[in-house]
Amino acid sequence: MVYDNPDGVRIGLEVHVQLNKLNTKLFCGCSTDYHDDEPNTHVCPVCLGLPGSLPVINEKAVDFAMKIGLALNCEIVGQTQFHRKNYYYPDLPKGFQTTQYDYPIASRGKVIIEGEDGERVIGVTRAHMEEDPGRLQHIGSIEKSKGTFINYNRSGMTLIEIVSDPDMRSPKEARRYLDKLRSILDYLDVFNGDLEGAMRVDANVSVFGGDRVEVKNISSFKGAERALLYEIMRQKNHIRRGGKIVLETRHFDEARGVTISMRTKEEEHDYRYFPEPDLVPMRVADRVPDILKTLPELPDAKRERFNSQYGIADMHARALTIQIKVADFYEEVALKADPKDAAVWVADILKGELNYRDLDVDAFRMEDIVEIISLVKQDRITEQSGVQIIRTILDEGGRPQDIVVSKGLLKVEDDIVAKAVEEAIAESPEAVTDYLAGKEKSLNFIVGKVMQKTKGRADAREAREKVLAGINK
Amino acid sequence: MAAWTDISGIKERIAASSAEEVTASYLETIGKSRINGFTTVWDRALEVARGIDKDGSSGLLAGVPIAIKENISTAGLSTTCSSRILQGYVPPYDAHVIEKLKAAGAVILGKTNMDEFAMGTSTESSYYGPTLNPWDTGRVPGGSSGGSAAVVAAGEVPVSLGSDTGGSVRCPAAFCGVVGLKPTYGAVSRYGLISYANSLEQIGPMATTVTDIALLMDVIGGHDRRDSTSIKRENRYTDALKDDVKGLKIGVPEEYLGEGIDENVEKTVWDAIGKYEDMGASWKKVSLPHTKYALASYYIIAMSEASSNLARFDGTRYGLRVEGDNWHIMASKTRAQGFGEEVKRRILLGTYALSAGYHDKYYLKALKVRTLVKQDFDRALADVDVLMAPTMPTPAFKIGEKINDPLSLYLADVNTVPVNLAGVPSISVPCGFTGGLPVGLQIIGRHFDENTILRAAYSFEQNTGHHTKRPGEVA
Repeated sequence: MVYDNPDGVRIGLEVHVQLNKLNTKLFCGCSTDYHDDEPNTHVCPVCLGLPGSLPVINEKAVDFAMKIGLALNCEIVGQTQFHRKNYYYPDLPKGFQTTQYDYPIASRGKVIIEGEDGERVIGVTRAHMEEDPGRLQHIGSIEKSKGTFINYNRSGMTLIEIVSDPDMRSPKEARRYLDKLRSILDYLDVFNGDLEGAMRVDANVSVFGGDRVEVKNISSFKGAERALLYEIMRQKNHIRRGGKIVLETRHFDEARGVTISMRTKEEEHDYRYFPEPDLVPMRVADRVPDILKTLPELPDAKRERFNSQYGIADMHARALTIQIKVADFYEEVALKADPKDAAVWVADILKGELNYRDLDVDAFRMEDIVEIISLVKQDRITEQSGVQIIRTILDEGGRPQDIVVSKGLLKVEDDIVAKAVEEAIAESPEAVTDYLAGKEKSLNFIVGKVMQKTKGRADAREAREKVLAGINK
Repeated sequence: MAAWTDISGIKERIAASSAEEVTASYLETIGKSRINGFTTVWDRALEVARGIDKDGSSGLLAGVPIAIKENISTAGLSTTCSSRILQGYVPPYDAHVIEKLKAAGAVILGKTNMDEFAMGTSTESSYYGPTLNPWDTGRVPGGSSGGSAAVVAAGEVPVSLGSDTGGSVRCPAAFCGVVGLKPTYGAVSRYGLISYANSLEQIGPMATTVTDIALLMDVIGGHDRRDSTSIKRENRYTDALKDDVKGLKIGVPEEYLGEGIDENVEKTVWDAIGKYEDMGASWKKVSLPHTKYALASYYIIAMSEASSNLARFDGTRYGLRVEGDNWHIMASKTRAQGFGEEVKRRILLGTYALSAGYHDKYYLKALKVRTLVKQDFDRALADVDVLMAPTMPTPAFKIGEKINDPLSLYLADVNTVPVNLAGVPSISVPCGFTGGLPVGLQIIGRHFDENTILRAAYSFEQNTGHHTKRPGEVA
């Protein structure tokens, strides 16, 4: 099946990733661990842009950026070059943003996603480094605000802006691309995606080969999908009514789920880019081999290895390798349990229960799932009981052994059944006689007694055979 | 006028009395000043001097009073670039050079006047009003470090720091008859120097003798990891202080003489070159063929960088704020009222030069010219050890004479700006007088070869008496 993209949708994404796992900011020594602290406590002359202060490049930030570039299959630039992007805004303490312009640290890469009609390659135009501005906090709503606070704790944080080619054909593909990007970044251990503002998305979208519209201020992946769905609909409706789509920038109102025009092409800024004179170019090409050595196994490679090493279904391998934590978890489980069983239990069952509760795999002990798999494998509990144990652990806590006992989940053991059969036969001489006389149905009476005595935990078929054997003895 | 005393003289005076007494005597002189060289006198100067007396600091500059240009950040001491827009701004940190000076035991007396944001050649564009030339108070002291030069010439302080973006140390040194060095780009950290044009400027020392210049460089020079453009390179500048120019090869750039150069200035410079010949050096004419494009290239680059550097002054965080209905109006009003005419002119021209559609025509072309100018110097200095030329085409002009004619002011920088484009070091030393006004000899050297130009300047000083003349002593 080939996806024919009926509306001619083209989507390109610009994703800002905050490298919050660096200890210090991009151009100064200020700590990046500000998320729980008072405003303007992680600042210095450099990130406040005080007169006379000068930037110094954080070499580890460059290494992280190269790592990301290489993981996205990009080419790495020979030497770093920073530019000034000039515009006025109160969150920008220098009146310009130090960013990369015609020499981004990485360019011409690709990301593979599960597209509308199978695997699809999304081109990565470029990935460049830049500094984050501060944050504005309005008193009251933005329209009626009596004043604005500026918090410069975020000012100077390292951002990597990853710009894709317009290769996505639906909001779903855009979402898949974002998920894949997040997955790769998680693998690289360069950022904590759970912190506020860690990943911010701007989307460029066009339909039927028309002009593109940029949608800004998208703060979540779900939001990106919604914004794109809305924007595509809006553009199609506009064209249907005889309108023309013009190059413009729109703002996504997350609460209302709509996009609102911010400015058209004519109102675009002229950023007057020029090379940052205070930073000298840094030769980085020589460092590529060393950085390559530090690259971990990435999702696609891991998925292939899981397929071949563990012989598990591709669907499972894919699900297990999206999050590095889940992949690591699975591999530990697979050491102690049958890898195929482990794949089913981790990918299908555990992940489902975790997702339902919005929990991370960290919320579950590896030993517990190993034990559950083993209990099922030994036929001591039913699969259904295994699921019940997982739910109980997640909702109430506890260990599998204890839950099995407290909830009475163990399959009934043979000797208990044997004893019940013996008793049932002894207590039912009439039924035995009737059965032996040819009344087959009277056997049911005896089996029913066995089930009664075992509180229904015995397997009825098994009980029947045992009763038969007992009578014929 | 107060007596001139060099650093060794100061040290003798301190030994005989105390740092506190020496500081007090300078503060007294400053109190009687008529030249408007200081913008702020530091109220902690005496306290610092007393501390040095008490602790017996062994620093290179223990107890030596010094004045600092208004654009070099001093913690707790107002740093305004002589602009209205920075009124009230007190830096919370010291520039690298200030840390070095304090560690060496220097006593900062105060801050000195300058052209607003270092944009000028006369110190007339200051928010604090013009500084007067001690040799003739009807004339400008040069600029933009006019305050730093004038206070040294007037004996209000023995040494000072200025900054040189296109001649701003050398020009006032020449006009005020003192010594001023523009170090090689990267020799002195710019951390804390409020940027006018980052890729061109350096902090430089000013003094009455070459010896003091070398001493100051030993203190302020060297690598600083906070300035990425500062170079890891060790040098002892005082090692250069030898009276020996035998065999020194001097190049005289023909483009730096002739048209536009005052005859008497040119003659004074030729006399100085003749003196070098007497001392055992040789000279020949050399050519720096792209000099005629240097001025245009310089102003485009400087103004472009300035337009971006000065964007941060928006009234939000520090300095002047003129309230408005919203942030954009507040920022606009603040900038409209906070910046002077020349600063606005340069911001506008720089903004224009960087704008889409003009960027390649102006900014990019200026960068290309810069490369050619640099090659001129490399070529010439491969053949000779130093270049010599008049620092300024004329002696100090009258206050008000050029301030309303920006182009003629820009033209005065013709012999100094190519040096900044190339990044090479250059020193201006007094080499005589014309009409009672000092003339400066500019000695230009190879990258990081300050020691050769310092040796040449020192030798000249040892064999001539120009630097000993005080204002009022020359008819």
